[in-house]
Amino acid sequence: MCAFQRSKEQIPVPAENLVEIGDLNFAYANRPILKGINMRFPRGKVIAIMGLSGCGKTTTLRLIGGALKATTGSVRVAGQDLRELDSDGLYDMRRKMGMLFQFGALFTDLSVYENVAFQMREHTDLPESMIRDLVMMKLHAVGLRGAHKLMPSELSGGMARRVALARAIALDPMLMMYDEPFAGLDPISLSVIGNLIRHLNDALGATSIVVTHDIQESLKIVDYVYFMADGVVVAEGTAEEIKASPLPFVHQFVWGEIDGPVSFHYPSPPYPKDLLLETSYAA
Amino acid sequence: MPHRKVGFGLGSIGSTVVNGVWRLGYASRFFLRTLLGSGMSFRRFHLTIREIYFSGVMSLIIILVSGLFVGMVLGLQGYETLQKYGSESALGTLVALSLVRELGPVLAALLFASRAGSAITAEIGLMKATEQLAAMEMMAVDPISRVVAPRFWAGVISMPLLAAMFSAIGVFGGYLVGVVLIGVDEGSFWSQMQAAVDFRQDIVNGVFKSIVFGVAVTAIALFEGYDAPPTAEGVSHATTRTVVTSALAILALDFILTAFMFRGV
Repeated sequence: MCAFQRSKEQIPVPAENLVEIGDLNFAYANRPILKGINMRFPRGKVIAIMGLSGCGKTTTLRLIGGALKATTGSVRVAGQDLRELDSDGLYDMRRKMGMLFQFGALFTDLSVYENVAFQMREHTDLPESMIRDLVMMKLHAVGLRGAHKLMPSELSGGMARRVALARAIALDPMLMMYDEPFAGLDPISLSVIGNLIRHLNDALGATSIVVTHDIQESLKIVDYVYFMADGVVVAEGTAEEIKASPLPFVHQFVWGEIDGPVSFHYPSPPYPKDLLLETSYAA
Repeated sequence: MPHRKVGFGLGSIGSTVVNGVWRLGYASRFFLRTLLGSGMSFRRFHLTIREIYFSGVMSLIIILVSGLFVGMVLGLQGYETLQKYGSESALGTLVALSLVRELGPVLAALLFASRAGSAITAEIGLMKATEQLAAMEMMAVDPISRVVAPRFWAGVISMPLLAAMFSAIGVFGGYLVGVVLIGVDEGSFWSQMQAAVDFRQDIVNGVFKSIVFGVAVTAIALFEGYDAPPTAEGVSHATTRTVVTSALAILALDFILTAFMFRGV
């Protein structure tokens, strides 16, 4: 039986899922973005959500983070339906989550040290000496202990992403979310971030959701992949299954083929018509 | 089809009005949320002090230099007019009342809107565009309490202090031109000023005006920044809107406050 043809019987059902998405629909005004998706994210796993730009990956991540509310369906994190939580409940839930934004989203008026210490100062009454130790440990984990005095403007893109990662894991979250963590990175930074995602997940015993379209790097580190297109999950499986997928869309995506189900040309009228070659068009 | 054009025009007007009312409601809700989220600004007062430095202290140079020149111009113009009636000794009164009642609060607020208001809008708008506010939300920290409210109270605290300094340096500018340069009698300049300026009627009302302007300018700047589309163009438009809307709000509020404060005086 092919692992890529989607049906409810084929969704792996592990003993415990940290995040469960059931028949989720979401629309901006009258524009549907997500159309009845189902996903499960088992504890301790690194799971990627892949797909073309605009297919609904980031929206799914924002729904899991509670930044958006589902139109219909449910998003359950640690057994709690996010739609049932009030503002305080949502904030309590978010204390157990960490998120790495596409370009880091570091606070530009705070130093690297203060960025990592931010959540500790906001949510705990830890003494300064302990905050310092924790910040240094987090920065050491991402290899930037020596950069703690720098300001975000003094960091390269890769370094900023690593500092943001240190900040995201400041309070040892149970769920880590990564929004395009590989975007715009050089090959070395890309590998560094990829390895950090895997190792930090295992070290923290967390669950990680990686939204990305960087197929090669992500397939090295993830346990499972959901493939999305046009607001629905079109395929899912392990990295090996995805690489061997016979589905034309997945094959085109994985191997970066120019033409296929995703056409090179944006839908347009006949070429001669746009070139105003009325005679030849008529002929 | 003229009736179709009329229908389209009415629809357009209706849409503009509905959008305007919606935006006004959204701004009021934002202002209310800022007030309700102000606890942290006072519990962790260092957050507010930091913003007072950026909004208030960093505006000092422009306020002091402008105040000095406005006072000097008042001294020159006032002397030119008063001497025609042989009342040049009332120059101190003219300079002080003009500054304390009107020019100090209004011009300081206009300068504050241009310098600090635009900076606040650009900062908040860029924080939104670079997802810093979203990151804060994801860290379970309310950006209204942590970012917006301290800036709001910093503006409200800074504005009357800046207006007072504007008036004080303006009076000194008037003294420099009137007494030191032109030669008006120093005793008359100060004694007439002391006799004419009433603490409650003039100074307290002037301070009250500048507090109201501080609330208006800072609230507008914060709202425009928070509501700015997260693009370079969006932040640019929001910054412009802050300066224009603040200037109009200051002048309109000044008229209303003056009408209530100085009726029959």
